[in-house]
Amino acid sequence: MTLDTLTERLASNRDGAFPDLVRSFQDGIYSGALQFTRNRSDAEDVTQDTFVRAYRALGTYDPERIRDLQLRPWLWTIALNRCRNLLRSRARHPEDPPVDEHRDRSIDTATEATANADLAMWRVRLAFLSGPQRTAVVLHHVVGLTYEEISQATGRSQSTSRSDVRRGLARLRTIIAEEEQ
Amino acid sequence: MSRPDDLTENLASLRRSAPKTVLDDVLRRTDFVDEYAVVEGPTGPAYVAWNGRGVTAFVPVDAVGEAGDFERRHPRTAIPTDTPPARLEKHLEQTLHTGRLGRLPIDLSSIGEFQRKVLEKCAEIPPGEIRPYGWIAREIGNPGAVRAVGTALGRNPVPVLIPCHRVVRTDGKIGNYAYGSPMKRSLLQREGIDPDEIEALAGRGIRLIGSDTTGIYCYPTCRHARGISDAHRVEFRSEADAETAGFRPCKVCRPAAA
Repeated sequence: MTLDTLTERLASNRDGAFPDLVRSFQDGIYSGALQFTRNRSDAEDVTQDTFVRAYRALGTYDPERIRDLQLRPWLWTIALNRCRNLLRSRARHPEDPPVDEHRDRSIDTATEATANADLAMWRVRLAFLSGPQRTAVVLHHVVGLTYEEISQATGRSQSTSRSDVRRGLARLRTIIAEEEQ
Repeated sequence: MSRPDDLTENLASLRRSAPKTVLDDVLRRTDFVDEYAVVEGPTGPAYVAWNGRGVTAFVPVDAVGEAGDFERRHPRTAIPTDTPPARLEKHLEQTLHTGRLGRLPIDLSSIGEFQRKVLEKCAEIPPGEIRPYGWIAREIGNPGAVRAVGTALGRNPVPVLIPCHRVVRTDGKIGNYAYGSPMKRSLLQREGIDPDEIEALAGRGIRLIGSDTTGIYCYPTCRHARGISDAHRVEFRSEADAETAGFRPCKVCRPAAA
């Protein structure tokens, strides 16, 4: 199923097509949210909230508007907003424990533990980037958005998004080089 | 050792699959699916289904059978759960206990306007009282739609909670019930109504009761009619009879448009 058919189906029958919208985009949203938030449970919350909000929004759009939607960047506009709100409320309530992967009881295999240590390490590295650079790098290289889609999701121009990614990558290389010294 | 290509490869490897719970939780939160549980109802265990808007079904287990049968006949996807959310459970218990809807939310959003009006009107009938189908038809502004009212009540997705058992035939007979006439009679008995007495009265052609001290006439089960002492009790066969005798309709049970 192509994304064009999905928007068409959403426009003509929101409820019938909505579960497929979730299936098509949940992995991408979750993967990005894992980098933008601090742990799996936050990432899962962001992913859920994104689709719940998308569903409500679709209910207020007329079919023409739904047909014109660029689904991936549209969902990311919502998801980035959710991530920002979550981090803001976390900052305001520092007593909430910053749950870490190590506390996740589902980690029981060595492979999984390594994979999670990996996630944690990259999260630390990405934290050194500026907000827009981190967003652009994750959306482009982890999630797979095009520069055009990043630009639609963030409201920054395409060329700015491109240079956000380029500078972000450069910064990451420096950080990694420093780690290895 | 991180060469440029490694960097982007490493970033791409950070992609993960969303937990399997995401889809289910999203569908639940957008009220796409209902949840259901078995609770103790007035005539034994009952399936109760709900979503974020309220209760969507209430069916005696005996009437449906296995959980799988309930899921199949439920108009939406229903996922089994142990118990309803605490708040819903509290209001549900309250409703089952008092016989009044109270603050229990019922999701009638997928029901047509006529049927919704019928069910909402039916929910106003207090426990221990009964009204004829024609009363609902008149009260919702469709006096001719008596049969349609019967059909609408027959498809009540939440019987007992919305008390369609309190609606009887215009001739005073207890009438049909989606889960059988015996269950209707037993539900009424639990509320202190004697169905045999009601039918005996109807058998004599009596449909209304008045008090000669107030000059007001009521349906026989109206709480105001039940207080009338034998000495002052007047029986009527029809609204016209009562009006001719100089009585006016009760403003509580409204046996005729006041």
